[in-house]
Amino acid sequence: MNKLNKIFKEKKNRISSLFFTAGFPTLDSTIPILKTLEKNKIDFVEVGMPYSDPMADGETIQNSSKIALENGMNLDILFSQLEKAKNEVSIPMVLMGYLNQVLKYGVDKFCERCKTCGIETVILPDLPIFEYEKFYKEKFEKYGIQNVFLITPQTSEERIRKIDALSETFIYVVASASITGAKSSISEKQISYFERIQKMNLKNPTMIGFGISNKETFDVACEYANGAIIGSAFIKMISNSENYMEEFQDWNFTK
Amino acid sequence: MKYKVDKNGYYGEFGGAFIPELLYPNVEELALNYERIISSEAFQKEYIQLLKDYVGRPTPLYFAKRLSEKYHVPIYLKREDLNHTGAHKINNTIGQILIAKHLGKKRIIAETGAGQHGVATATVCALMNLECVVYMGAVDIERQAPNVARMKMLGATVIPAKSGSQTLKDATNEAIRDWIGNPEDTYYLIGSVVGPHPYPDMVAKLQSVISEEIKAQLLEKTGTEFPTKIIACVGGGSNAAGAFYHFLENENVELIAVEAAGKGVETEETAATSQVGDMGILHGSKTLLMQDEFGQVIEPYSISAGLDYPGVGPLHAHLFQSKRATFLNATDMEALEAALELTRLEGIIPALESAHALAVLSKINFKKDDVVVLNLSGRGDKDLATYQKYLDHE
Repeated sequence: MNKLNKIFKEKKNRISSLFFTAGFPTLDSTIPILKTLEKNKIDFVEVGMPYSDPMADGETIQNSSKIALENGMNLDILFSQLEKAKNEVSIPMVLMGYLNQVLKYGVDKFCERCKTCGIETVILPDLPIFEYEKFYKEKFEKYGIQNVFLITPQTSEERIRKIDALSETFIYVVASASITGAKSSISEKQISYFERIQKMNLKNPTMIGFGISNKETFDVACEYANGAIIGSAFIKMISNSENYMEEFQDWNFTK
Repeated sequence: MKYKVDKNGYYGEFGGAFIPELLYPNVEELALNYERIISSEAFQKEYIQLLKDYVGRPTPLYFAKRLSEKYHVPIYLKREDLNHTGAHKINNTIGQILIAKHLGKKRIIAETGAGQHGVATATVCALMNLECVVYMGAVDIERQAPNVARMKMLGATVIPAKSGSQTLKDATNEAIRDWIGNPEDTYYLIGSVVGPHPYPDMVAKLQSVISEEIKAQLLEKTGTEFPTKIIACVGGGSNAAGAFYHFLENENVELIAVEAAGKGVETEETAATSQVGDMGILHGSKTLLMQDEFGQVIEPYSISAGLDYPGVGPLHAHLFQSKRATFLNATDMEALEAALELTRLEGIIPALESAHALAVLSKINFKKDDVVVLNLSGRGDKDLATYQKYLDHE
């Protein structure tokens, strides 16, 4: 069974996920960060593959990607780090990045490398369901790699149903019409959107992300979904602190 | 119809809409409505009227006598440089602003490199009394000050794109991010045949007035609608798409696309995507793209800001791959020489972009019965500082 499916089976709420950009703040910070997150009982982690043109990301993740690329991070290095990490941590990992990185690397080679690193789930926000089904679904499935899709406040009910039918891990509920890291609180309007999704009784668990940055927003998100994903806020913390590994111990609102 | 877009938004293998879910409703709304709006009587009436009375169309098809003598072949220049705002860009912005109005949008955003599309967008926003926000790379804002001043005078807000290399591709990323954050009232007015479907087809259709006029004008002047060769420069490729459009399915017409070689295709400072790029995803479209071995987008280089783009539109990627079009290129120096040549032979100062198209005249072995149409996409006022530097150096 897919490791994420197992988590969602065993834990129904307050599932915590953190996103970080591989290669940031330094080229070799991947494994130390993974260890810190595991030690602090984060349920699963999203490892960002830094990209030159991250169109769905706000300034914080853009900057971290830029620095990671300047540090020399690339998919070959990342996969060798993650293969090594497999022996040191057991926290489930999801790879997140942009489709062009996967296409250029080669979908087969990418999936094979994911397998050797124990990665079974990927999130490619610019791979829409139409193109996924038409060109790539068969290939990812051949390697047992599951794709996670996003829904937003503007996604129609019909389309949410379709995404639910296509998904096998979880549905990424984008909290508002915005890029990553743009908002810091949750509005009434967002709550009614979360309620709408909750009432749909989707077959997949849901995780809310984009704009989840502190205890307050994490708690609210967890009321309406199985868990929440924190990205930019974690990157900011890494950027602002020399001792982010220690400091993270106090960052316990996800527990 | 081998070279027109299919129902899924593809030109052969290229095209599609590789967009985050956040943009799906906007792009879908446009994809479902653009053809109906463009073919409606109300749109056509207003569009044609504005092109005539406001833009100054039809633009002349000018027989360039001295240029023809030099290359021993009849050369007709399609004078897009005579359009209001100085280039073909306004054909597209007039059309899209009308589409935005039909869709009830209140706020217009655009990206710009050299500022030509930004000026053309700010112009139509002033005309239609719509809010206008233009994203422009911080580096480009520095080097294209007169166009920034024009946009501001026209009432647009110019926002510097400070991410990445701070040029056109980053301005495009910023515009996309703005659109993600403002999905309901905002219309993204893309300036070239790039981006997710339906933009490449929509912009090509709006620019197709160029080849429509060429056919009628050539018939009047020569007795045939069809030239043997059409030459146009390609950055994203909107002027070429417009000049090629009505000739795409007639394979007797050779389509010649000219890319910017920068300092040479063999150097790292080039923008000749078809020569150094391969298939990838850029700004929501599967196309040819300049990228490294890990799919990171490579920053292009050209003396011409309008050709300084790391991809080409998916139509052009298809024309290249299917060999329907011939792809040539010209270096910075060749373009400068060609600009000076046209100026001295015909008294026309071309835009640096169009000068790239002129620069391949000396590279083609013309046949005795060739008839050449060259799309002179813009005028050179904006490039005077560059030309001045070149002349001083000479």
